[in-house]
Amino acid sequence: MQREEQFYFRTDKLSVGYHGKPLLKDIELGIYKGQILTLIGPNGSGKSTILKNIIREMTPVGGAVMLEGKDIQNYGSREFAKQMSVVLTERVNTELLSCRDIVAMGRYPYTNYFGRLTKEDERIVDEALESVSALDIADKDFSQISDGQRQRIMLARAICQKPQVIVLDEPTSFLDIRHKIELLDILQKMAVKENVTVILSLHEIELANRISDLVMCVRSDGRLICGTPSEIFTDDIIRELYGIKSGSYNCLFGCTELERPEGAPKVFVAGGAGSGVSVYRRLQHFGIPFSAGILAENDCEYQVAKELAAEVASEKAFMAFSDNAFERACELIDDVSYVIDAGCPIGDTNLKMAELLEYAQKTDKIIFCKPTDKEIRHIKQMLAETGT
Amino acid sequence: MKKVFRYQIVYLLLAGLFVLAVFMNINTGNVNISFGRILRIIFCGAESGAAEYNIIWKIRLPRLLSAAILGGALALSGFLLQTFFRNPIAGPFVLGISSGAKMFLAVTMIFLLRYIPSMPMWAQVAAAFIGSVLSLLYVLLFAGKVKSMSTLLVIGIMISYICSAVTDLCITFANDSDIANLTYWAMGSFSGSSWSTVRLSAVIVFPAALAAFLFAKPIGAYLLGEGYAKSMGIPIKFFRVCIITLSSILSACVTALAGPISFVGIAVPHITRMMMKTAKPGVIMPAIFLGGSVFCMFCDLAARTVFSPSELSIGTVTAVFGAPVVIWLMLSRKNSV
Repeated sequence: MQREEQFYFRTDKLSVGYHGKPLLKDIELGIYKGQILTLIGPNGSGKSTILKNIIREMTPVGGAVMLEGKDIQNYGSREFAKQMSVVLTERVNTELLSCRDIVAMGRYPYTNYFGRLTKEDERIVDEALESVSALDIADKDFSQISDGQRQRIMLARAICQKPQVIVLDEPTSFLDIRHKIELLDILQKMAVKENVTVILSLHEIELANRISDLVMCVRSDGRLICGTPSEIFTDDIIRELYGIKSGSYNCLFGCTELERPEGAPKVFVAGGAGSGVSVYRRLQHFGIPFSAGILAENDCEYQVAKELAAEVASEKAFMAFSDNAFERACELIDDVSYVIDAGCPIGDTNLKMAELLEYAQKTDKIIFCKPTDKEIRHIKQMLAETGT
Repeated sequence: MKKVFRYQIVYLLLAGLFVLAVFMNINTGNVNISFGRILRIIFCGAESGAAEYNIIWKIRLPRLLSAAILGGALALSGFLLQTFFRNPIAGPFVLGISSGAKMFLAVTMIFLLRYIPSMPMWAQVAAAFIGSVLSLLYVLLFAGKVKSMSTLLVIGIMISYICSAVTDLCITFANDSDIANLTYWAMGSFSGSSWSTVRLSAVIVFPAALAAFLFAKPIGAYLLGEGYAKSMGIPIKFFRVCIITLSSILSACVTALAGPISFVGIAVPHITRMMMKTAKPGVIMPAIFLGGSVFCMFCDLAARTVFSPSELSIGTVTAVFGAPVVIWLMLSRKNSV
């Protein structure tokens, strides 16, 4: 109980929904000042609805949102505007307003009755423009810049409002990867250096993993899971959250793999140290089921092979390849007629790889060394002709 | 700094045009009066009692002033409606608000005139106000459901037809004398203006326009959309009610005193924005009012001189200049229609 009191921002049995019907019930979360909370979850799960309740665009169906121990409904509108600023998904259509005009509107709660900007206000506007590196487009018409630039201008506007809490609804949607990273960098700096609390929703879970102090998963069935990134970003929770059935998502690397090719393996890939990753993905592309080996479990390639290969001959982390693993790999080679040598370098722990390739040669397998795309296509054709 | 220079130029230009319009309006007419005489009549009160004195003081001056005041009111009312509906072609005439005012006024006039000999002017304004609020509420009812600006326009036009039909129906069953009164008024004209018209319109329009100017800051924030406006601390419901009331008062006053006048509310705000190259309400709102005054004075001048001695209705002239602006606006934003 005492701990709860320390939270800068928290929700108290918050229920959100439309027309008095709760969509999500009993949301309990709390963050300290200067922390970053990220909402993740599939489309339509209610992330935006939660955010709308936080920014007072909607009133909660039940419970309350507390800011500094005070119900947000009890803040005056100007006072609240100084506490919280927003970047929304709604499209802003303006005419004949420069980017600087838009950003300067962030000073709204601070300016006088006629909205006159003081020198100090102008300085803050410039600062905000600079922090999103948009000084060069400041005097362009807002309706004539790209979506990515618009998003940065809207962020500058929110920064200009000098809030304690900044709320962003899917701020990265229209941005390319460089601007996504830049935007999250800015948010992180604001949180760490200026102690601003950040609440946002994201689609890119790997980015959410990097930036958040606390993550809340909003599932389509209305269940909520809240925790630190290391608690949330496990393969199982993410797979379940988004209902991923075909393909996979690897939390360790934040990489996505498509669906594993079905059937008994037709090709064996001898890889390691990342050499086989592109081969696996090409084989998946052509729908050729394959087996792989020998991979140490601490090999980065193991994570990909695990998701895509029908069978993997593996060895425990940091161990030299044992006879056991070698025999397993030989069995896998026996089942196929094609072997691909991905070109893994050979060192102390994987000396067995050379032996394995010799074994393949001895058993008259067709061996491709570092095959090109054309050669893999060729394998596919040959497989189709032999009818296996 | 270049921008501020531009604003100053536009204001100077409008002021110059205003002076020119006043000068031309007072100097032009069926009776030719020399300029020196006009100055003497106005400033020295010379020739009191002469026909020329009466023409200047009782006809030309009040007509000129009411065109100036009501024209500004009309342009400002259009601007407020465009802000409210976030729709560049919203205006009192196309949304059917003027027609609503006209219908309600016609109905009250016909029924009231049976009991009293003539309807006081303030009662006309009140009736027109009720009528415009009623048709505006109707538009609002639909506006929540349609997002596209052309659909809203069509609804406005339909409301306007319905109101005209009801007005015609009333006229069919009215006395002959009422009809003459109504048809003349329904054409729209500043020709009936007297000093009492000027006084009444000044009393209503100036405070309403001033109140609208005081909303410049929230109107600016509202340009970003409702969500953002709210997040910046604007009490959105109160704001919306104020804007809609002010624009109804302004357009009702015009409709009651000069009849329905089309397109000023759309054309003037747009031309002003284009000249200023900005949409900042604090800067453009006074210019829009001034622009409306100038536009209406010149249109009135054209209405009474082009086919002199017969007079055109003011709506005819404003439509000739205003309708092309609407067409141009529709074409230039294909995407958002």
